[in-house]
Amino acid sequence: MHSRRPVRFPGMVIIAFAATMCARESSAQAPPRAAQATQAGRDGDRVPDYPVRPPAPPQQVSHGQQLFKSNCSFCHGSDARGGEAGPNLVRDEVVLRDQNGELITPIVQNGIPAQGMPRFGLSAAEITDIAAWLHSQPLSDRGAPSTLDVLVGNAKEGEAYFNGAGRCTQCHLATGDLAGIGSRYEPKTIQNLIVSGGGGGRMRRRSAGAAPPVKAPPTTVTVTLPSGRRVQGELDHLSAFVVALRDSAGTYHSFARHDSIPKVVVTNPLQWHIDRLPRWRDADIHDLTAYLVTLK
Amino acid sequence: MKTATLMLLIPFCLPNGSLVGQGLAPDSWPTYAGDYSQRRYSTLRQIDQTNVRHLTLAWVRRLTAGPDAGEGSWFGPPPGPPAITGGVAEQPVTMPGATSGSPRLSGSILQVNGILYVSSPDNAWAVDALDGHVLWHYWWKSRGGIHIGNRGMAMYGDWLYFETPDDYLVSLDAKTGQERWHKEIADFSQQYFSTTAPVVVGDHVLVGTGDDLDAPGFLQSFDPQTGDLQWKFYTVPMNQGDPGLETWASLDAARHGGAQVWIPGSYDPETQAYIFGTGNPTPAYTARLRAPGDTHTNLYTCSVVAVNVNTGKLAWYFQTSPNDTHDWDATQAPVLFDGMFAGKPRKMTMQASRNGYFFVLDRTTGEHLLTAKYSDAANWAETVNAKGQPVRNAAKDNTVAGSLVSPDNGGATNWHPPSYDPRTGLLYVVLRACSWGWEAASRTSWDRSARPSSRLITRRASSLGNTGSPAEVVPVCSRRRAVCCSPTTDPGAWWPLACGGGGPRCRSGMPGSARSRTLRRPTPWTVGSMCS
Repeated sequence: MHSRRPVRFPGMVIIAFAATMCARESSAQAPPRAAQATQAGRDGDRVPDYPVRPPAPPQQVSHGQQLFKSNCSFCHGSDARGGEAGPNLVRDEVVLRDQNGELITPIVQNGIPAQGMPRFGLSAAEITDIAAWLHSQPLSDRGAPSTLDVLVGNAKEGEAYFNGAGRCTQCHLATGDLAGIGSRYEPKTIQNLIVSGGGGGRMRRRSAGAAPPVKAPPTTVTVTLPSGRRVQGELDHLSAFVVALRDSAGTYHSFARHDSIPKVVVTNPLQWHIDRLPRWRDADIHDLTAYLVTLK
Repeated sequence: MKTATLMLLIPFCLPNGSLVGQGLAPDSWPTYAGDYSQRRYSTLRQIDQTNVRHLTLAWVRRLTAGPDAGEGSWFGPPPGPPAITGGVAEQPVTMPGATSGSPRLSGSILQVNGILYVSSPDNAWAVDALDGHVLWHYWWKSRGGIHIGNRGMAMYGDWLYFETPDDYLVSLDAKTGQERWHKEIADFSQQYFSTTAPVVVGDHVLVGTGDDLDAPGFLQSFDPQTGDLQWKFYTVPMNQGDPGLETWASLDAARHGGAQVWIPGSYDPETQAYIFGTGNPTPAYTARLRAPGDTHTNLYTCSVVAVNVNTGKLAWYFQTSPNDTHDWDATQAPVLFDGMFAGKPRKMTMQASRNGYFFVLDRTTGEHLLTAKYSDAANWAETVNAKGQPVRNAAKDNTVAGSLVSPDNGGATNWHPPSYDPRTGLLYVVLRACSWGWEAASRTSWDRSARPSSRLITRRASSLGNTGSPAEVVPVCSRRRAVCCSPTTDPGAWWPLACGGGGPRCRSGMPGSARSRTLRRPTPWTVGSMCS
């Protein structure tokens, strides 16, 4: 299942790779004095971890990708992160050091016979394009942009759920607050709104870039002091020791909490969405999303 | 271990006996967790529930990162001394919080003989605990790397050790802050970055690193005096014939399999075992290529691992998330404790793991004793297998449209250390109480994952509550509270705790301060919430 073709020289590939690993290993294990002695030289010539290069034109990148797919992906994988026979190129030292094909070109044109890599009859310009595509590949998978495709649900089922089992109509109206929601937001945003209730994490500061697209009603709190005095407002902070709020005049109040004094009652209008979290079926979420995007 | 252990410190016997990994003075904090058991429980009694509310501010010290001494504090001592500079970078990166401005302190502060030793990425300080004045400040010129945090320093006699984001182990003279030496501990070009606190055990400095790409994890031991490498233990198979290789799709997959060691471990002097947790397998979020079959559990990722400190050889392991697809590192502190289990005295270790489950193991053999779910919300596993491991529900893996999963990427708990109160037998854990996220695969990467190849692919998942492009990634609900896990059959009562933040407990102090507000008695082996 996992190989597209028999590997012809598995032993050779393993040996070649093991040799690379051993080389790395021994430099890490070299006696510290020796390592120190060569420190300056090595640092002057280090492999950049996040190489900086001017971005290549998109046409060049896409041409490079085509060339890579037809010539290189057989061994190195279509994403260049390694295939059955060839190593990961994205993190390869040569590729990291390379600027626009100058280091890659001789390898591609001459091959590495000892490691089973044949020579390729590609021109320097073509290899430059391949390099441009290689250099466009992300070095880390975290935080990299992705494209989601969330529209897999059944809109009819979603509508039935909205009006029936989901009891969404207790707070929402398809022709009222949700009218046109399908035109206002991307499907993935709508799906997130269904689950989060729009506000995202309660009592959690959001980064500027992640501001919620809808204005969710705030969480409020009523604090009743031993004297009977009640202070109400928007909840700012709640812990076992302190409750803090901002009243309608904007004044900030905070109270120390000792056991159950003062009495604190928190009201979150999005509580339904929070309570729903453990009970959602993924299919219901997908169906609801499919339905809400039809509310244009 | 041969108690060269923290030579400064006076060996100490606790009155209650039967305590693990002690031998450290009760009024010092000479290692990441205060002692080797990682229970973070102080036996000092001066502060208790009758007087804790009278504690007041003694001093504030503003620390300034980087080469400049800073402006001094708001009140109190004048600006600190000029920084002692180290580092190998010819053109150091500029990074607020590391080269200037206020540092983020997110690690354990050591306290020995009235001196506080504080660290942040690229920076270390010695501060007089009585008045807050800075005795010295060391600054490391960085060549880069992820500056997410620094969990603290290790100490051996008069020598300090800390790790830098650009993968050096630096040793300082604790009296002067002068550098003794620095050693490169990982390949920076492979995107290793180092945040964890080293731990000194005998004449070993135990050093872990981190990496989010697809490089192998390892734990290394260095000579405290010379910085020479003593041994290196890889947490994934690196060669043909290595144990655990059969749990990977291929040797190449194993060699890129992750299992980073980025939280300090515990130490059991009796068995001379250093017990630590390992990170997730890479590529994260998908098992298809590294673990296509049921037997591909990807050892030793997401595991509690015991290694002999003298030989660097594996003693035992227990995997908390076989074949993880959710990025739930099992690096959380394995807390050592002794007690009765099922009527027999046992020497045990326990971990409240990032995946929402709590595990108790026999620490001499690694034998599994107990699994309990401590995060009510955790919905990614439907059963626990005969070995005590939660079994992943494939429906909660990444799907194109997304599946709603708890915990989210950050886990039910993360690096915030738990603490254990031996009087009550309760482990206090910082629970990310309402931690839900989408795990979704982008269409293209999903297709790539499905590609019939055994090769590694880094693919991506979005998780609500995690970072990413804002339209796709919104925290659903994220709050912190404390829960307790009871590993003994006499669990005592529930005590409310401060919500959020790990840290030490006091013998006579904080948990007890709210004793009058006992909520309910849990049944044995249960876990539950205390603040909501």
